[in-house]
Amino acid sequence: MTLDLEMAEIAKVFFQESREGLDVMESGLLTLGTTADAESINTIFRAAHSIKGGSATFGYAEVAGFTHGVETLLDEMRNGVRAVTAEAIQTLLQSCDCLRDMIAATEAELPLDQGRIASLNSDIAHILGERPQVATAPAASAEPTASAASAEPTAAAPAAGASGWRIVFEPAADLLRLRNEPTRMFTELARLGAVVVSADASRVPLLDALDPEACYLSWDIEISGQIPRAQIDEIFDWVDSQWRAEPIPAANSAAVPAQLDPPPEARPVFAERSPAVGVPAAQKASPDSGSIRVSTEKLDNIINLVGELLITQSMLCGFADGIDPNELDRLRQGLSQLARNTRELQESVMQIRMLPISFAFNRFPRIVHDLSRKLNKRVELKLTGENTELDKTVLEKISDPLVHLVRNALDHGLETPERRSAAGKHETGTIELGAFHEGGNIIIEVRDDGAGLNKAKILQKARERGLVAPDQELTDEQIDNLIFMPGFSTADQVSDVSGRGVGMDVVRRNINDLGGHVQISSKEGQGSTIRIRLPLTLAILDGQLVRVGKEIYIFSLLAIVETIQVSKDRVNTLVGSSEVFRLRDEYLPIVKLCDQFGIEPDSRRAEDGLLVVIESDGKRAGVLVDDLLAQQQVVIKSLESNFKPVAGVAGATILGDGTVALIIDVPDLIRSMSKLGGGAVTAHAA
Amino acid sequence: MGKKILTVDDSASMRQMVLFTLRGAGYDVVQTCDGVEALEWARQSAVDLVLTDVHMPRMDGITLVRELRALSHYKFVPMLILTTESSTEKKMDGKRAGATGWLVKPFNPPQLLATVARVI
Repeated sequence: MTLDLEMAEIAKVFFQESREGLDVMESGLLTLGTTADAESINTIFRAAHSIKGGSATFGYAEVAGFTHGVETLLDEMRNGVRAVTAEAIQTLLQSCDCLRDMIAATEAELPLDQGRIASLNSDIAHILGERPQVATAPAASAEPTASAASAEPTAAAPAAGASGWRIVFEPAADLLRLRNEPTRMFTELARLGAVVVSADASRVPLLDALDPEACYLSWDIEISGQIPRAQIDEIFDWVDSQWRAEPIPAANSAAVPAQLDPPPEARPVFAERSPAVGVPAAQKASPDSGSIRVSTEKLDNIINLVGELLITQSMLCGFADGIDPNELDRLRQGLSQLARNTRELQESVMQIRMLPISFAFNRFPRIVHDLSRKLNKRVELKLTGENTELDKTVLEKISDPLVHLVRNALDHGLETPERRSAAGKHETGTIELGAFHEGGNIIIEVRDDGAGLNKAKILQKARERGLVAPDQELTDEQIDNLIFMPGFSTADQVSDVSGRGVGMDVVRRNINDLGGHVQISSKEGQGSTIRIRLPLTLAILDGQLVRVGKEIYIFSLLAIVETIQVSKDRVNTLVGSSEVFRLRDEYLPIVKLCDQFGIEPDSRRAEDGLLVVIESDGKRAGVLVDDLLAQQQVVIKSLESNFKPVAGVAGATILGDGTVALIIDVPDLIRSMSKLGGGAVTAHAA
Repeated sequence: MGKKILTVDDSASMRQMVLFTLRGAGYDVVQTCDGVEALEWARQSAVDLVLTDVHMPRMDGITLVRELRALSHYKFVPMLILTTESSTEKKMDGKRAGATGWLVKPFNPPQLLATVARVI
């Protein structure tokens, strides 16, 4: 690896490490309010300290500079010099946010938000400038001033005319044991000028009293030349208080205290070429936690290979069926074992990609803390099922929608403490985030004990906006779920939550795109529960195979409501030759895959085939197919690496007999359908 | 025959940087990220130099130096603490615990190598 690449690799570690450090700081700060024990503050301090050290080492001066202020404040708190106040915690939390953004910007080589940095710096300075509320001994200043521990005069650079220094070196007894070799110091001095050294051996005891490890000598040294004091200080740096120096001849002092250590400016790291970094094989001294980081690319590769294995195995099984059974009993056994092994391998590999949902839940203590402060509401956040695992990509994509739902619950669901008291409720509201597995899916619930949805108001609004026909009767559940319809984000919901163009409709769309469902149920006065159902993984699908003509397509079982056969009288033709059919009390559009994909079906008539009723984003439709085939687990292969995205197609797979089957993209199909203005819109729990 | 250095730092990026630098200069490097682990390891093994960070959970660097000095085979081993503290107090704490000297962060590889060369 070249020089720069190696350093860039190590810098990546620093960025990741800093993010983790900031997480530690944040969660520590959030609990600090209630339990300000020394070890907690210390942990937070150490995290800040690490970030400061690392950023300075790798050359990120601004990050280092900003972190220095944060660290100073934390240092005072952990030394007991300054009390832990809510104001300080809030400033520190905001500083964490700022640092997070600074780190991200630095990593992406984008400019930093100087205004924000300056503002927080002044907040921190303000707190530091205030009289600390704890009365103790004078605070140990964290600012780098060289406090004089030795008795040397503050002469620094020799004035003109000074021609050297006289140094008296009286080391402590452990000088040699600690390996502060005098000869080394004298050699270094000799590089600066002409040196004359004389030793004083008067303290050396007789042999029987001599401690061979101790140093009994002291030295008088004269060095001539115009030598800045700082250079001499550096040589004797480690034996401070054991030496002193005077300039020769007596010089005017230019009183600049020798700053031994530069302020936290960055000295960018440049290294020499070296072989790849790794832990020496002989000694494994690193106590790893038994885990290892793997790039998702490598993982996906393995998952892909397992998928291929499944297909091959299934092909072999199908093949064995057509041959003389007697001779092939052992082959069958072997294949059945292969099937078992493959399945187990597949499960293990999928497991690798699974992460506990705590990764998503962990954001919420902070979000709830900040928002409840801002809205002046009292909230308790309860998390359950944090260990429930789901696929990494699903986890990443569900994170933002969850944030929106929780913020919404806090903003609109929970009442102010006064209103809650007036309603006979406890002043502190509760928001519960829970997750659990159910039948091959993961269920996430967001529950609040707030005011619930005002059904009358919602229905009225929906009617006003033409989302619901005036005479249409809806169940309570259907009314509740109207809030997911586009156009329902009302003006008074644009706090800062929906101001960014995220509405409940976008939340539902995101969840649907993941192959999941979301619905809300609510009781006025008591609260609401939002229930999200998601597939555990995006790489494998529980699919329903269907046949249209000679082609086989696959639907995700999660997207299918039911499959029905319709009689001719239930089918109506609308203007422009699009058809609808009646399902109980509503009319749903019919989608003909033969037209969509240009294939020749057995029959074009709805009453001849089967209608697969699919649902997405609150809308339903019936897809006309010739035949329903098996249900099976299917490995999703992406088409995108070879083709441009095709409307209505989510991917493909290879069946046991080697044929390729396309997987239908249900949300996409529903979306393109409504563009044609198909059918009446009804509110469904999607 | 390269000299062996024991490094202790709970920051992965610092460990890597130090490892990269020292290895590149021909030293044998043994890394740990925790003072307690380092001490346990040191009971059974010897090195030519110890390089340790100060602020670490479980056992800080200065305590580590003190504990190592109590081991007979570490009595004379040069030990350097890595610190961002410019205040003399921390450095004096280190000296009192038995450190040979220190290296102030941020440092660049040439500085690290020069300081190590001084004492090893």
